Amino acid sequence: MSETAAQLNFFQETQGRKGILAWILSTDHKRIGLMYMYTIMVFFIVGVLLGLGIKMELIAPGLTVMGPQAYNSFFTVHGVIMIFVIVIPGLPAIFGNFFLPIMIGAKDVAFPKLNLFSWYLFIIGIITVLISLFTFGGPPDTGWTFYAPYSFKTTTNMFPAVLGAFILGFSSILTGLNFITTIHRMRAPGMRWMKMPLFAWSIYGTGWIQLFATPIVGITLLMIIAERFLKIGFFDPALGGDPILYQHLFWIYSHPAVYIMILPAMGVISEIIPTFARKGIFGYNAVVISTMAIAIVGYFVWAHHMFTSGMSTTAQFVFSLLTFFVAIPSAIKVFNWVATLYKGSIRLEVPLIWALGFLFLFMIGGFTGLFLGAVATDVHVHNTTFVVAHFHYIIFGGMGSAFFAALHYWLPKMYGRMYNKYWATVGWATFFIGFNVLYFPMFILGYQGMPRRYYDYLDQFHGLNIVSTLGAFIMVAGIFVIILNLIRGARHGEQATMNPWEGRSLEWTVPSPPPLENFDEIPDLTKSSAHPA
Amino acid sequence: MSEHKTHITSYTTHFMVLLALLILTWATVSITNINLGPYSVTAALLIACLKATLVLLYFMHLKFDSKILKISFSAVMVVFALVILLTFFDYLFR
Ligand SMILES: [Cu+2]
Repeated sequence: MSETAAQLNFFQETQGRKGILAWILSTDHKRIGLMYMYTIMVFFIVGVLLGLGIKMELIAPGLTVMGPQAYNSFFTVHGVIMIFVIVIPGLPAIFGNFFLPIMIGAKDVAFPKLNLFSWYLFIIGIITVLISLFTFGGPPDTGWTFYAPYSFKTTTNMFPAVLGAFILGFSSILTGLNFITTIHRMRAPGMRWMKMPLFAWSIYGTGWIQLFATPIVGITLLMIIAERFLKIGFFDPALGGDPILYQHLFWIYSHPAVYIMILPAMGVISEIIPTFARKGIFGYNAVVISTMAIAIVGYFVWAHHMFTSGMSTTAQFVFSLLTFFVAIPSAIKVFNWVATLYKGSIRLEVPLIWALGFLFLFMIGGFTGLFLGAVATDVHVHNTTFVVAHFHYIIFGGMGSAFFAALHYWLPKMYGRMYNKYWATVGWATFFIGFNVLYFPMFILGYQGMPRRYYDYLDQFHGLNIVSTLGAFIMVAGIFVIILNLIRGARHGEQATMNPWEGRSLEWTVPSPPPLENFDEIPDLTKSSAHPA
Repeated sequence: MSEHKTHITSYTTHFMVLLALLILTWATVSITNINLGPYSVTAALLIACLKATLVLLYFMHLKFDSKILKISFSAVMVVFALVILLTFFDYLFR
């Protein structure tokens, strides 16, 4: 589909700026979204290679490729990069930026300059984290949770890493604020709340969590500074503090952060499944309500990470109960997706394959979460590789699959070109097999008692660790096939039409790639009655 | 857009709020003389919340702002209160 000759797309419309300046000075939400994407993809590769390093060390007991100190730094930096640089900002910053304004019929976000500033904060945060790796005491070795009191005693560079996480958090708060305001103030006429695409709803719920939860990281950082430099005892028992208070504060932010990761992923799936089942989503209202319910209840379950840390029994009971509550809205969503597929005229395209993979992996992750939410079983598997397998199924199998689903769904819109579908499917299959071969053995190993975060292990765990490392290589091969195929598609793929998937939301009504301000005229939806999703 | 009309609060109101804040500060200090056990934190937090509410409503003009801002702000306070409450399920029962 060729656009009318007069209209330039947002790549061609540089507003008189040249080269890289056309990017780093642009307040266009689409360019900012792509800048996030390029940054995130580079660090994703770094994070993947660090993860591969961890699995290489674990291929045999004893010292294989690195010693204990290097191993501790590897898993810490892998965690910090993956959590704070990739999965927390990932979907909102890339696809929220690019598609939220288009989906609700707006020309840009509410505060375009603030949006660009958020990206600058993001880069400053990343640089701060990188400084911690290469200066003074060497890379941090505390694990991405920076647990007290060890994190206050270690001689490695833990302070810049926490400061980096804090700056990244600020970027996240501003992005959330921007999206909330955009949704409140900039919806096109007739785009009523209950007509909004579900991805926009999920970004809205996420925005509130970003706004409510992230400041806690800031407070915690100030307390760390007060403790280290003013010797006020918050966390260090030697100063009269309580290490468990640190764990409370850390998880008050970091558990809702899990929902910052997974809610937009659920939003992506709620867009893709109806499009390829070629019918409306089953139970739109239920999906919206469960999105907001997850955003709210997800705030009050944080201490399920602390069942074995010496917290009171009453708190264990309360938080276990609340954790089980949050499973209900997630299950409602899964039910609605499956019910949407039921009797749909399904077209099995690459984005739907990723979405189905998401369903499968997310459910394994969710069900094993119940083992961890119940106090009795958690005591047995806490701090074993079972936990590692569980959250990789949720975060990587869930959010990661949704991320690739979104890329394959929206790439034709973003670049106006289509990728090679055969290689995309091969990439997915390789990834999916590799993923399960890598992480499923870790459930068994953890159940048998193999602890996480040690570079060494007992001989009895050797067999399954070989299988797991083998899976890691298969999965990484799949990731490279996927990414290379997408890059090739974006650069040289055949021209994509305006609406290759017959989607019904507004982004499919504008040219691919969209023009600078998305719409010639703000769309008027007062007359259409159907849900756009 | 109607938010641009400014509201002018009288000196008397400002003075009364200031007086209330001073009295509450005195109450915070004097309540430490009574031993309330674990509830001394609760008492201090309650008084602090009351003071913060006064400052927000009058000095920061939340009382005269639009409804959506009031709702958003109250939501933050409710979440914050619930978080403290849940944390005390740990500290009070340890
Ligand atoms: Cu959690």
